[in-house]
Amino acid sequence: MSRLKILALLPLAVALSGCNYVVLAPAGDIAAQQRDLVIISTVLMLLIVLPVMALTVLFAWRYRQSNTTARYEPDWDHSTKLELVIWSAPLLIIVCLGALTWMGTHLLDPYRTLGRIHADRAIDQSKAPLEVDVVALDWKWLFIYPDYGIATVNDLAAPVDRPINFRITASSVMNSFYIPALAGQIYAMPGMETKLHAVVNHAGTYKGFSANYSGAGFSGMHFNFQGLDDKGFDGWVAQAKSAGGSLGRAEYLQLEKPSENEPVRRWGTVDSDLYRLILNMCVETGKMCQSEMMAIDAKGGNGHEGLNNTLPLSYDKYARRGTALGPEPSFVVGTCTPDAPQGQTTAAIKAPLDTAPLLGAGLKRPTFTPLRSSSFFLGQRPKSDS
Amino acid sequence: MSPDLLKLIFGRLGIDSLPLHEPILVGTFAVVALGGVTLLAGLTYFRLWGYLWREWFTSVDHKRIGVMYMVLGIVMLLRGFADALMMRAQQAMAFGGSEGFLPAHHYDQVFTAHGVIMIFFVAMPLVTGLMNFVVPLQIGARDVSFPFLNNFSFWMTVGGAVLVMLSLFIGEFARTGWLAYPPLSNIGYSPDVGVDYYIWGLQVAGVGTTLSGINLICTIVKLRCPGMTMMRMPVFTWTSLCTNILIVASFPVLTVVLALLSLDRYVGTNFFTNDFGGSPMMYVNLIWIWGHPEVYILVLPAFGIFSEVTSTFSGKRLFGYTSMVYATVVITILSYLVWLHHFFTMGSGASVNSFFGITTMIISIPTGAKMFNWLFTMYRGRIRYELPMLWTIAFMLTFVIGGMTGVLLAVPPADFVLHNSLFLIAHFHNVIIGGVVFGAFAGINYWFPKAFGFRLDPFWGKCSFWFWVTGFYMAFMPLYVLGLMGVTRRLRVFDDPSLQIWFVIAAIGAGLVFLGILSMLMQFAVSFLKREQLKDVTGDPWDARTLEWATSSPPPDYNFAFTPVVHDNDAWWDMKKRGYQRPLTGFKPIHMPSSTGTGIILAGFATAMGFGLIWYMWWLAALSFIAMLAVGIGHTFNYHRDFDIPADDVIRTEDARTKLLAGAK
Repeated sequence: MSRLKILALLPLAVALSGCNYVVLAPAGDIAAQQRDLVIISTVLMLLIVLPVMALTVLFAWRYRQSNTTARYEPDWDHSTKLELVIWSAPLLIIVCLGALTWMGTHLLDPYRTLGRIHADRAIDQSKAPLEVDVVALDWKWLFIYPDYGIATVNDLAAPVDRPINFRITASSVMNSFYIPALAGQIYAMPGMETKLHAVVNHAGTYKGFSANYSGAGFSGMHFNFQGLDDKGFDGWVAQAKSAGGSLGRAEYLQLEKPSENEPVRRWGTVDSDLYRLILNMCVETGKMCQSEMMAIDAKGGNGHEGLNNTLPLSYDKYARRGTALGPEPSFVVGTCTPDAPQGQTTAAIKAPLDTAPLLGAGLKRPTFTPLRSSSFFLGQRPKSDS
Repeated sequence: MSPDLLKLIFGRLGIDSLPLHEPILVGTFAVVALGGVTLLAGLTYFRLWGYLWREWFTSVDHKRIGVMYMVLGIVMLLRGFADALMMRAQQAMAFGGSEGFLPAHHYDQVFTAHGVIMIFFVAMPLVTGLMNFVVPLQIGARDVSFPFLNNFSFWMTVGGAVLVMLSLFIGEFARTGWLAYPPLSNIGYSPDVGVDYYIWGLQVAGVGTTLSGINLICTIVKLRCPGMTMMRMPVFTWTSLCTNILIVASFPVLTVVLALLSLDRYVGTNFFTNDFGGSPMMYVNLIWIWGHPEVYILVLPAFGIFSEVTSTFSGKRLFGYTSMVYATVVITILSYLVWLHHFFTMGSGASVNSFFGITTMIISIPTGAKMFNWLFTMYRGRIRYELPMLWTIAFMLTFVIGGMTGVLLAVPPADFVLHNSLFLIAHFHNVIIGGVVFGAFAGINYWFPKAFGFRLDPFWGKCSFWFWVTGFYMAFMPLYVLGLMGVTRRLRVFDDPSLQIWFVIAAIGAGLVFLGILSMLMQFAVSFLKREQLKDVTGDPWDARTLEWATSSPPPDYNFAFTPVVHDNDAWWDMKKRGYQRPLTGFKPIHMPSSTGTGIILAGFATAMGFGLIWYMWWLAALSFIAMLAVGIGHTFNYHRDFDIPADDVIRTEDARTKLLAGAK
């Protein structure tokens, strides 16, 4: 046994010097506190694991058959004192660990705004946190900086010691947003928003990636996260600004299409409503936003008047292929009521003209001329979501 | 023929569904086909078909079925392990701009198939096989409660395995990861047959697992011999009881969640879609409500095996039997309160995360108590280092590491940095290999002489042991290290060249495990050839303690000529101590269930139905379903379900044993 252990540990010793144990040596305060919990918990558990391993080896050796000098008591099978010890020793450890878990989980809740920047530095109230909206796409990351009106693909930067508030969603399948040097991960899921609060304490370039398998291009779905000083960050923003280009709804719908190993891309201006539309799955014109649907439902769903065509609600279901037995993109043709249990045709509702996927209800297929959110109906809409 | 007609007959299946463009698969197919043809030809040449059909395939004898489960598990281990080798090779190669040798389309199937096969078609059959073989013997019963159901359950498990294996050569397997989270597994993002193979493979096998769970619960509750109260049951029987309760309570959840996913995929419902109010997170919750108990389904019987082995080879009563039983029951109950720890990172609130984190940690208390109980069973014992005991020691040293990293992952903030990383992969392989696989091997080495009448060769067994243990540490310790470097799972190519050395070490470790598997096969072959030298005539080669050792090796069809009467926990030890005399006269005819081919036929139709549904061959699905109903109803008119072994046959069998025993002395 011991020989094997040494074999397994040998390369460990060799490599301990050269490798980058980012989880154990992170650059952000949140990740550092999470690292501390990893280490404290491990040490706590070693208090009981090491004696057990030592006793196993000791007993295994001492009570081997050939050692006839060792005591042999074939009928000894109970000891209340020992039972007390073997149940209470793990219990004590778990009580400590449980308390630690309760506190740690609440203090390091990714939804919780930061209480400090670093172990010895409080939050600087004069600096507003950096807001970043993150969207996991097939298979790249879109970062929108609403305060600066810029957006990037696969390139993330933040000033050192300034709290960062991430709002995270996805366009198609589940991913997990993870920058080990900065903070623990959180899932990015379509139609849902997760949050992460973090801060980077040391300048440098760190790796970020998706930590949840999301399909063919998953391996290439990574980006660099740069911790920059204030001046460096301003330069980074200026660089994005000068890249020109504008990320609007039409550009987003192009960008959203699956692609692998995407290089860094930057946009100097970005539709200020884009993130909200992505989250509500209604970037495409003719789609009803989830927030609108929920508002209607909250008011009772409008009864029969709400029985509109369902096409504005479909998002990605038929994106690539329909189901085997199920309907093609569907719409409501009638309802069953106590008066007419076999169904009553609602004359007012007509079949859509074009059942091609991802289209509006009976509308003509829209062309994707760039929409100005200020000039079209979007500008007037109340921001009722989130 | 017109395309419409072709589509009606073959559904989605066409020439392009065959992976002719993938040289690896074509090569594999050639080898498998060659091996298969040789096997079939051999069986025909030696005229073994009739023997196999009469004595094995249609047998309702729990011992035969148990052995067939083990064979299934070991055969599928070869497939699952081939996938593991391919993954390790790919990850060791794909550095510095190299794409490795597997394209994403293939690699993503490989890791999905590896997980599915190892859990459902390796670990489950090994565990179920051991329970099937051992439990009725341990409780002094002549068979399980429902012998025909047992046969049917086994063949349904085989049916699921056949579907998964078919996906290798016809079409493709899922590319979703082994739990197939939607939306990725839903029709929009996985329109091909892969996920359908996954669904129907698991559904068909799941029927078998659920039914065998019901069967074993009923057996343990109703068929214990006189005197065996609940608190006198051997610990392996206790853990089997708890495991089967878990199976019956959790597998229906899996069945339902997969049914909902198939409704989404087949008829366009919206349970787990992004739009129309579907909730993919609901799938994640449901699948883990099954998935977490599943790991205890696997590991509890292993704990039972270790209890039997430790006590037998220490020559000592099990320390703390009562606390062992309560620990098992507590684990059974708690295993339902921890599922959310598999997705702390999906944005649950801090209080929810803490609750599930702490319940998870609490499970380590009874598990720790068990560890101590084994430890104090060894204390003041006389430990014989036969193969089962070696596996047990390796388990104790390995499992505590896995347990420790498990509790670490149960601390939510720690999980935020380690979730989905290779650290997690190392953790669960540490507990599944260190616990379940080592347990299954301990059990195989322990009960093999009971099943076949000769012991397994110790030399090749030790080779296998050392290759497996060193291989395990070399393959998975690097993964812990990589996890701490922030490397995530299921990656196909890597940028950072400094990581490569660790993947190379892990690949070498996998190679050692491969040698371990080969040694085990060698062990079986050598033991078969040396079966005369390794013969066990006493029926009790290990000087063991429980009832299964009271009968001959292999046991007669009826297990016990007279139903034993139990006065103590270690029934057989107690009988030996009190100078038990084997009865030599007074034998009576024994009432036994008859063999039937209905199980294999029903499972065959179920498999065909699954195949039809996967490929949209609706006629095949409908016909198979009707045929299944017809055969099932037809079977209710089969009145030849039981027979009596005549007293003369019993006398002949028992006299032969008397002679053997006399010869042994």
